[in-house]
Amino acid sequence: MSTDASRPIAALLIAAAVAIVGVLIVVPLVAVFAEALAPGVAAWWRALTDDPDTRHAIWLSLTVAPVAVAINTVFGVAAAWLVARFRFPGRSLLISFFDVPFSVSPVVAGLALVLIFGRQGLLGPTLAWLDWKVIFSWPGLVLATTFVTLPLVVRELIPVMEAIGPDEEMAAVSLGANGWQVFWRVTLPNIRWALLHGIVLANARAMGEFGAVYVVSGHIAGATDTMPLRVEKLFQEYRQPASMAVASVLAGLALVTLVAKFVIEHRLATEARDLERARSADGTTHDATLEAA
Amino acid sequence: MIAFAIDSSPLPGSTTEVSRSRRCPRGRRRRPAVLPGFGVSAAITSIVVFSLIVFPLAVLVLRAASLGPGGFLAAAWTPRARAAYAVSLGASLIAAVLSSALGLVVAWVLARFRFPGRRLLDALVDVPLALPTAVAGLVYSTLYVPKGWLGQWLVPLGIKGAYSFLGIVLVLVFVSLPFAVRVVQPVIESLDRDTEEAARILGASRLQTFLRVVLPGILPAFVTGFALSLARALGEYGSVVFISGNMPFKTEIAPVLIVSRLEEFAYAEATTVAVLLLAMSLALLVVVNTLQQRLARNAQ
Amino acid sequence: MSIHIRNVTKHFGTFAALDDVSLDVADGSLLALLGPSGSGKTTLLRIIAGLEHPDSGSIEEDGADITDLHARSREVGFVFQHYALFRHMSVFENVAFGLRVRKTPDAQVRSRVEELLRLVRLEGLGGRKPSQLSGGQRQRVALARALAIRPKILLLDEPFGALDAKVRVELRQWLRRLHDEIGMTSVFVTHDQEEAFELADRVVVMNHGRIEQEGTPDEVFDQPATPFVMDFLGNVNVYHGRVENGRAFWHGIPIDYPDYPHAQARDARVYLRPHELELSLAAEARRRPENSLAASVVRVSRSGAVTRVACRPHGSDVELHVDVPADTARGWTLEPGTNVAITPRRARVFLPGPEYVI
Repeated sequence: MSTDASRPIAALLIAAAVAIVGVLIVVPLVAVFAEALAPGVAAWWRALTDDPDTRHAIWLSLTVAPVAVAINTVFGVAAAWLVARFRFPGRSLLISFFDVPFSVSPVVAGLALVLIFGRQGLLGPTLAWLDWKVIFSWPGLVLATTFVTLPLVVRELIPVMEAIGPDEEMAAVSLGANGWQVFWRVTLPNIRWALLHGIVLANARAMGEFGAVYVVSGHIAGATDTMPLRVEKLFQEYRQPASMAVASVLAGLALVTLVAKFVIEHRLATEARDLERARSADGTTHDATLEAA
Repeated sequence: MIAFAIDSSPLPGSTTEVSRSRRCPRGRRRRPAVLPGFGVSAAITSIVVFSLIVFPLAVLVLRAASLGPGGFLAAAWTPRARAAYAVSLGASLIAAVLSSALGLVVAWVLARFRFPGRRLLDALVDVPLALPTAVAGLVYSTLYVPKGWLGQWLVPLGIKGAYSFLGIVLVLVFVSLPFAVRVVQPVIESLDRDTEEAARILGASRLQTFLRVVLPGILPAFVTGFALSLARALGEYGSVVFISGNMPFKTEIAPVLIVSRLEEFAYAEATTVAVLLLAMSLALLVVVNTLQQRLARNAQ
Repeated sequence: MSIHIRNVTKHFGTFAALDDVSLDVADGSLLALLGPSGSGKTTLLRIIAGLEHPDSGSIEEDGADITDLHARSREVGFVFQHYALFRHMSVFENVAFGLRVRKTPDAQVRSRVEELLRLVRLEGLGGRKPSQLSGGQRQRVALARALAIRPKILLLDEPFGALDAKVRVELRQWLRRLHDEIGMTSVFVTHDQEEAFELADRVVVMNHGRIEQEGTPDEVFDQPATPFVMDFLGNVNVYHGRVENGRAFWHGIPIDYPDYPHAQARDARVYLRPHELELSLAAEARRRPENSLAASVVRVSRSGAVTRVACRPHGSDVELHVDVPADTARGWTLEPGTNVAITPRRARVFLPGPEYVI
């Protein structure tokens, strides 16, 4: 790649990049597992399983994240279909709304939910009368988690659907397919890897979300603490090894996510190449089947 | 919020245009769009966007506005709040500068050089996107305490990475680094190397080539990366709360102040600080969107 | 099935894709929509298929108004320009799609698809994915898929546009034979006049959202109705001249133009096709033939079966292009500077109208 003259500079730059990623990312990542497993694997396992509050936190995370991801999936597919397949007034404004949760502080989002659903919130009296609890409870956790993960699926799908174009769907319609048939037989198979990519990213973010969930949860141990909140609570209680043990589970999940992401991105790149090939190199080969006829 | 109840007609080859039937002379019959699902997808999208984004943020702003200008100022401009803004802005700006500068180096190396371990390095850049911020905050604070892996060397030198302003900057660089790298990297990859070679043949030095040929090409992406990093840093909470020590007037950032006011049921103050933070985030979002449109135009 | 298009207008924003277009397509005919890009030909095709809705006007099939009929119910076979094959489905499933969504029994699907794959000469390739096929094969899968639902009309958008020259010619002849076998009303869009003339019974030349001319290939080529058609169909020499008393003059040579019998002279354009000009060597023709033009050769180039000669008439600085059969030219020594005589066998005159915009 580089010429002889630039070799020393190339080596220097590569060393700098490795140092940056090493100090900022690799050392902390290794430290999580090293610290968590320092007391031994048995102690690590006990820290995770003996404490009922920790067990509950793991269970709560495993129930909140999938629901938020499911809402996101339905929303992401609908919104991407709307934006990539139709032109209508207000379309670009709508697209910029999709990005809002990325730039708004999760704490601000959590506060907004408290102002609506909290005891002194807009809908507080109504909810109290209905005896429904949103804030300091499971629905609040789901709402906050959904908010912060909202852009992840739709953002993955829009560029892919725009690159594929509407021709296959138009062809399906003109062959007599109805809406469901177009979606299940043509659209979904075409976007499946991008959708999976978005779901994996949304799931990682949902499992790890802290700020928004912190605000709406009231961090009640054994009730509304998710895994990241449990990490913080144990840390505040000076139970460092237990805190690290929970953190190591989350970090392991992050690594699994990255591997999945890597594999899916490989598939996505392959499909994008196929699409490119199908568009550009049409029919440059001699058609032997026709001549044989 | 947005009126969707519209007559629909498609656009050639690409997408289906749905627009008011203003050119139809005699009030033509309404026809369904060729592609199905406009109504369903518009309904789902507007319900979610309205109930999760527009409505909550509107309630937040209206709640702050109900205090009146005087009340707003009294709640938002207390000495402790002013100190929190200064810490938030200062740490975020420094972190964004650092992260976009370091990100440029990493992006350049990933885009331009082939070396063993390049793909691993590339994959590692995404770790902060997947790693929960609470984990990052926890591990950073244990690394930089006086007995920590890095703190045992750094603290004797006077560098305190835990429970300090520096600690805040460190975790903010960590969480924003992927944004800085991933915006710039594809732009460097797409740069036309022939122009660089042409500049070199014309007698430009390596530095001149970089400053005059390469830098103008990547500047919009670099600024976008900076703005994204800044937005991410300003809103960050989970990692900072572990490492900063959260001392009012010293290491308390605005999101932490919001939470502690909320826990004291001081809704007015929490809300006004949140509205200011929201305004800054949305302004940055507009900047990023404008820059990205320019980027897309340059790419064509 | 015959198609009747009545006063169809379609705008995209402020762009008029179709401007009051009316057209009849006879049952069983093969019709070409020919025109440059942006002429509205694809929009018209998509409107027939129901993939676009006209702003005004109507579409009828055998007298029944189908303007408001959804594309799903039109039973039209549409072959997309880039085929739009379902990428993740096998060739078999692509062809079977229209039958599957109609809940056709499996055995029937199988026999119909196999019949179609035989018809498009792709038997044995049913298990492949579209990405494993050549462009010409994909084209025929798209055709088989469109035919599977036994459509009443077959529409093809630039059916050969993405193929290379040799495959294109093979497929063209094959498609013509196929049309003659099935006898289905077919409309295809093309920007290639050779394709339109070789394949179609009738040719519709379009420009700026309007129909310039409609007729058999011979009619359109031999009697172009407008300067645009003249210009679009092959090379042409264009000269500014004058017309009076039913005659136009080109370098002093009179050309009949009975449409303008008035005595008052006015500007006109004279169009001469390179192959309708006769060229003879001035040295051989001892005296210049009557109504011929003296010129000298500027450039000679060989293009397939014809030799292209660029000449400059004496006393003029406008180049004139003449096509001479290569066999004829072989006996001559044509080189720059050679004196020649040029006789127009045929010329056309058009008064410049406001409608003529290049």
